[in-house]
Amino acid sequence: MRFTAHINVMPHKELLDPQGKAVTGALHNLDLAGIQDVRIGKRISLQLEASDEATARTMAEEACRKLLANPVMETFEFSIAAS
Amino acid sequence: MKFGIIVFPGSNCDRDMEHALRDDLEQDVVMLWHKDRDLSAFDVDDCLVLPGGFSYGDYLRCGALARFSPMMEQVINFAGRGGKVLGICNGFQILCESGLLPGVLLQNDHQKFVCKNVFLKSEHTDNIIGDNVGARVLQIPVAHGEGRYHADTKTMQSLRENRQIIFRYCNQEGEVHLSSNPNGATDNIAGICNVRRNVYGMMPHPERATSEVLGNMDGRSILEAFTYMN
Repeated sequence: MRFTAHINVMPHKELLDPQGKAVTGALHNLDLAGIQDVRIGKRISLQLEASDEATARTMAEEACRKLLANPVMETFEFSIAAS
Repeated sequence: MKFGIIVFPGSNCDRDMEHALRDDLEQDVVMLWHKDRDLSAFDVDDCLVLPGGFSYGDYLRCGALARFSPMMEQVINFAGRGGKVLGICNGFQILCESGLLPGVLLQNDHQKFVCKNVFLKSEHTDNIIGDNVGARVLQIPVAHGEGRYHADTKTMQSLRENRQIIFRYCNQEGEVHLSSNPNGATDNIAGICNVRRNVYGMMPHPERATSEVLGNMDGRSILEAFTYMN
């Protein structure tokens, strides 16, 4: 079966996110002063071939742990759907 | 002893390093391609260098993809056998991604690429660089967008306890202040080593400061430190 994994990788909350900070400033320049904080991460989508959803989930989890996210600086979450 | 310089796609300080080591320090140098796996000519008296640059275009995270190069597996084994490894700039990022050194290098706090001379101070003498450099304040260039060293509180504590911080950014007088920190690195950290003291990583570029014609020789004592036999 084919599955799609949508992965979100975000910088740890306690870390300064310079990119997000710059974007916050730009949004304030657009008179959107109500936007208080912006944090920028990555969205990654994977196409997987696996026998069932549990296997696809394990595969996506391993990809995140071993390469797609660095636990020292980032957290990840993902969803799996049959495609 | 000899040096091996590992060339990744996107490395751009590999030839500078080769020139500094071969022509300025008169050392034997072998260039190693990241796809090769053969380190049989290298023993623990030798030193492998991971040069600066933008390996794999800095895709995903700096150093994240280089870490899975065939040669990096061998570098990890080599370090495990006690061989000396030095990572400069992107090389430091690769060492952190590969787990040979703790922590990570994040985007500079001011969001800009920083390219200038900075001052560094060696912290301890019980590592090969510190032993050779001593208390001297060195002026060495930095050139990076992602050089903000970060590690969690527990890791920071163990780095201090094990005296693994080899360089901190300082002013010309050797005083460590926030104003001399070029990237927002925790504790002004410019370089660290592992507990075993055979793996070293630093953001500044000693290979850009090894010849008189460049107007700066301060990088010599850092690279020379690796030429002495164990």
